Amino acid sequence: MSTTSYIGKPVNRVDGPAKVTGAAKYAAEFNVPHLAYGHIVSSSIAKGKITKIYADEILAIPGVLQVFSHENVPSLAWFDRSYKDDVAPGGSPFRPLQGNEVKYSMQPVALVVAETFELARYAAALLRIEYEVTKHDTDLETKRDDGFEPGRGKTGWVPPPKPRGNPDKELKNATHRVEGEYIHLAQHHNPMEMFASTVEFLGDKKLNIYDKTQGAFNSQQYVMKVFGLSKDEAHVVSQYTGGGFGSGLRPQYQLFMAVLAALELKRSVRVSMTRQQMFSMGHRPHTLQYVELGTNPDGSLAALHHHALHETSQFEDYTENVVNWSGMLYQCDNVKLTYQLAKIDVYTPQDMRAPGAATGSFALECAMDEMAYAAGIDPLEFRLRNYAERDQNLKREFSSKKLRECYHEGAAKFGWEKRNPEPRSMRDGDLLVGWGMATGVWDASIQKCAASATFTADGHLTVLSGTNDIGTGTYTIMTQIAAQTLGLPLEAVTFKLGDTNQPEAPLQGGSWTAASVGNAVKQVCDKLGEQLLKLAQKMEGSPLKGAAYEDVEFVNGQIRLNADINQAVVIRDILPASGKDKLEAENTMLPNPINQLKNSLHAHNAVFVEVKVDPELGTLHVTRVVNAVAAGRILNPKTARSQVLGSVVWGISMALMEESVMDHGFGRYMNHNYSEYHIPVSADIHDIDVIFVEEEDDKVNPLGIKGLGEVGLLGVAAAVANAAFHATGKRIRNLPVSIDKLLL
Amino acid sequence: MNSFTYTRASGVEAAVREKAADNAVKFIAGGTNILDLMKENVERPSRLLDLNHLPLKAIEAAPDGGLRLGALATNADTAWHPEVQKRYPLLNQAILAGASPQLRNMATNGGNLFQRTRCYYFYDTATPCNKREPGSGCSAIGGYNRIHAILGTSEQCIATHPSDMCVALAALKATVRVSGQNGERTVKFENFHRLPGDAPEFDHTLAPDELVTAIDLPNEDFSQHFSYLKLRDRQSYAFALVSVAAALQLDGNTIKEARLALGGVAHKPWRDQQAEELLKGQPATEDTFRKAAAAVVSSARGYGHNTFKIELAKRAIVRALKQAAEGTQHASDIFTNSNP
Repeated sequence: MSTTSYIGKPVNRVDGPAKVTGAAKYAAEFNVPHLAYGHIVSSSIAKGKITKIYADEILAIPGVLQVFSHENVPSLAWFDRSYKDDVAPGGSPFRPLQGNEVKYSMQPVALVVAETFELARYAAALLRIEYEVTKHDTDLETKRDDGFEPGRGKTGWVPPPKPRGNPDKELKNATHRVEGEYIHLAQHHNPMEMFASTVEFLGDKKLNIYDKTQGAFNSQQYVMKVFGLSKDEAHVVSQYTGGGFGSGLRPQYQLFMAVLAALELKRSVRVSMTRQQMFSMGHRPHTLQYVELGTNPDGSLAALHHHALHETSQFEDYTENVVNWSGMLYQCDNVKLTYQLAKIDVYTPQDMRAPGAATGSFALECAMDEMAYAAGIDPLEFRLRNYAERDQNLKREFSSKKLRECYHEGAAKFGWEKRNPEPRSMRDGDLLVGWGMATGVWDASIQKCAASATFTADGHLTVLSGTNDIGTGTYTIMTQIAAQTLGLPLEAVTFKLGDTNQPEAPLQGGSWTAASVGNAVKQVCDKLGEQLLKLAQKMEGSPLKGAAYEDVEFVNGQIRLNADINQAVVIRDILPASGKDKLEAENTMLPNPINQLKNSLHAHNAVFVEVKVDPELGTLHVTRVVNAVAAGRILNPKTARSQVLGSVVWGISMALMEESVMDHGFGRYMNHNYSEYHIPVSADIHDIDVIFVEEEDDKVNPLGIKGLGEVGLLGVAAAVANAAFHATGKRIRNLPVSIDKLLL
Repeated sequence: MNSFTYTRASGVEAAVREKAADNAVKFIAGGTNILDLMKENVERPSRLLDLNHLPLKAIEAAPDGGLRLGALATNADTAWHPEVQKRYPLLNQAILAGASPQLRNMATNGGNLFQRTRCYYFYDTATPCNKREPGSGCSAIGGYNRIHAILGTSEQCIATHPSDMCVALAALKATVRVSGQNGERTVKFENFHRLPGDAPEFDHTLAPDELVTAIDLPNEDFSQHFSYLKLRDRQSYAFALVSVAAALQLDGNTIKEARLALGGVAHKPWRDQQAEELLKGQPATEDTFRKAAAAVVSSARGYGHNTFKIELAKRAIVRALKQAAEGTQHASDIFTNSNP
C-alpha cells in the first residue's frame, strides 16, 4: 500500500494554519522600516481636464511628503507597449498621473504621501482640485447602433467563428422560434483583500515590491518597462492573495503609484486602495445580448443566433469570448454568432471569473429554457436531444466530454424526474417552488510554465514556481503532486510560489494554473527522480542497478522495483551515501502542441437549482443547488469542492444581487461599497451539492487536469433565472432577479 | 478622514456642557455609523466626545411599569434582554433584523436613533446632496433612487431613515428621555425624527446641546400579536427596502388596539395613526388589512427606481398584520427574517 499517494485525496490546505494564525502576510502587511504611506485621490468627474491642483496647501502640513500628480511626475516610458501587461487588450493603456485628462469617474488623479497612513488620508481629503468638465457618455443603452467589431483583442480572445449553414433562413422556417434580449449591468470583482503594494526601497533603484496580484511576473514586467528597471531592481513578491477573481490579472494602479513614490522619494512606500476605489478599475462589462433559437419538429435545434454588445473604455478594446460557446455547446448546423463593443467613458473592463462565458451562458441557457417551453420538451431532455458529440466551431473531437454523465448524475441527485413542467405548479405551503437547470462549458487550457526542485540531504524536497495562490489551493495541490511523484510524505515537501526570483509561471487565471503548474511540478520532480535513481544505483549493493526510470516507482519514501517491490532503496539515504548536500533540477514544461491543436479541450457542468418564491412579496431564495462538473482529474476533492461551492455562491450572487449601478448624470457607479453592492451572506445560501464526474484524459495534458476556477460558475445564474420562471411564470431576462422585478 | 481630538465625557452634565460650548463636538458611542461617515468625509468633527463610560447602560423597570432602555445599552444586549424578549418581542425582532451580530454588539440604543441615511449621494462627497451640503441639490431625485423614500418626501430630499429598531420603537410608542442644559425632558418617539421639508440637514428635533439618556417603553402588551417584516435584497447586513412593524391587541377576532409603522419608506420611521384608527374595532381579516395598507400608501409617491416600493409596502403591511393577527410571524414565510 502506498502512503505517499496524494493525488485525488482530500488533503487539508497546507497553507491553512498560516492563514488562520495570521502568519500569512498579504501585500499591505509587510512593515518594512521607515515606511511612508500613499493615499490615492480619485477624480470626482467622469470626463474633462484637471485645471488646478492646490498641492501647496497640503504640502504645508507637517509630515506630508509629496503630492504626485501629472504636474510633477517625471518623464517615464514613452511608448504604449511599455504599459502593456500580459493581458492588456488592444489600444492604449491608461497611464496614471500622466496628463491632465480625466477619462472616467474615480480615475486616480493624485497620490498624497505622508509619514503616516492617517495623515496621508487626511491630507488627501483636503486636496482641492479644479476641473474643466466635458460632457460624458456612460450609457451603453444609447450605444446600440454604435457597436463595432474589435480588431485584435487581448490574449485568449477568439473572434466568433464565421456563420455556418443558413441561420437566417432556417430561423424563418423553424417549427418553434424564440428570441429575447438579456441584460446585465457592470459587476465588480470585490475580492476581500483590497489592492495594495508595499515597496521596500533598498537603495539606488533597487526595490522589493510586495504586490497584490495574480501574477508577480506580470507586475514585474510592467514596473521594469514603465520605470526602466532591471529584473534585479524590480523584485516582486506575492505569496498570498486575498481573492482575485480576475481583478489581479492586470497590474492595478496602486502598484504604479507606490513604485513611483518610492523611486522619487527614495524611501519605502505603501499604497492601498479604499473599498470605494475597488470600483474604479476593471469589471465585468455591462452587456446587452440577443439570442434567437429555432427548432425542428423533432426538437432538434434548427438554427441559432447569438449577438452580444458590451462596453469598453475610450482607450482600450477589452474583449472576451461571450458568444463563441453558443456554437459548440449544442449540435446545430445553422449558427450565426456576432460580437461588438461600444466605447463609453468608463475604465476598461477586465476579466472577471469565467469572463464572457458567464455572460454568454446566462443568455444562451435562458433561451434554451424558453425554447424547451415553446417546444413542449423538458429542459433537460431538450439539451440531451441536442448534445454536441463534437466541437462544431473548431471541427474537432473533444479530448473528453462527460457532460451527459453530468446531466444524469446531477438530475438523479436533484430529483429532476419529479418536476412538474407547468410553471407555478409546484408549491411548498404558500411558497411557489421552481426548478431550473442550465449547462456550462469552459476551456481546459495549459500554458508554458517553469519549476525547480531541490532535494537536500535531510530528506526535504523544495519545489519552486512563481505562480500565485488566490485562495484556490495551489500550495496544497502542488505539494501533493510533488510528494507523490517522489514518493515522499507531505511533511517532507515544501512548495513555494509568488516570487519573481523563482522559475517563471504564467498568470494565475483562465483555469490553467492547476494544469500548467501541476504538470511543470510533475516534470521537474521526475527530472530530479531520475538523478536520485542514478545516485541510488551507485550505492553499495543497490538492488536498483540497471533499472530504467520506468522500471521503478517512488513510494513510501523508497525507490523500488516495479517487478519486485521488496527491492528498494530509502530515498533519505541516497544523498548521505553519495556525499552530496543536495540535488537540483530545473525545467520548463511546454504544452504538447499536437494534442492542443488536434482536440477540443473543455470542461463542462450541469447545474440544477431549486428556488422558493413568496408570490405576494416577490422574495426569492435559492434553496438547493446541485452542480455536476466534468473537469478531468480532480487533484484534491476537498479544495476542488470548495472552489465549486464558491462558484455556486458567485452564480447565485450574479443571479440575484450583483450590479454596479451607474448614475449616468454623474457617469459614476453609485453603490460603490460593500454595504450597497450586494453579495450573498451566509443566510442567503442553503444546500449546495457538488458532484465531480471524473474524466480520464491524457490528451488535455499528462496529468489529465482541466481546471476548476471558472466552470463551476457557469450555468448557475441561468439555472436560477430558469427556476424563477418555473416558480412564477415570469421570465426575467435582466439581471439581477430582484424583488422589484419579481413583484410587479 | 479629518484630524480630531478624542476625549471621554466624565458625566452626562459635562457632556451636555461641552457640546453646548462647541458645536464641532460630536458624540461617539458604538461608533458604527459615525466612523464610516468620517472615513467618507461626510462628517468632519474636530472633537469626538466618547460617551461609552457614562452610566447609561442599564435596562430596568420604568416608573409606569414599562421598561427603560439605557441609551448606552448595546442593541444586542437590548434585543436579548429577558424583559424585552418577553414583553416587547417586536423590538427584539426589529433589532435582530438589522445590521449584523458584530455591529449589534457595538451599536448602542441612543446611537441607533442618530444613525444617518444610507442614501448613495449623501455618502459620496463628489455629488450634490442637500442633507450633507444644504442648498447643493438632491441628486437622488432624477438619479438612482431605488432605496429612497416614497412617503413624506420633499423637493429637497428623498432619503430614508435606515433604522429597524426605530420602526419598532415608533410602533410601541416609545418615549425618548433627553438631557440638556435646561435639564431633562421627554420626547414622544413620533416627534423625535422629522421629515426633510426645507431643512433635510436635520434628521431629528433635538437641540444641539441635548443628549439622549434613555428610551422608555410604555406598559402595554403587544407580546401576543406582533410582526416585524423586513424586505431587503439579502438576508442580513442589508437595509430595508420596506419594513413593517405591526402590533395588535385582539378581543376574539376584533382589533382592540393597533400599531403600524414602516421603515425604508420615509425620512423617519413612518407610523401611520390614521391607518391604526382604520384597524381599531374592525375584524382582523385580510380585507381590513388591505384597507389599512391602502390608507398608508395613499399619499405615496414614487421617483422611478423606487416606485415598486408602493406596491411592496402595501403587500408587506397586509402580510405583517396577518402574521401579527395569527401570532405566527415566521410560519408563513420562513425566509423573511433569518434570525439566529
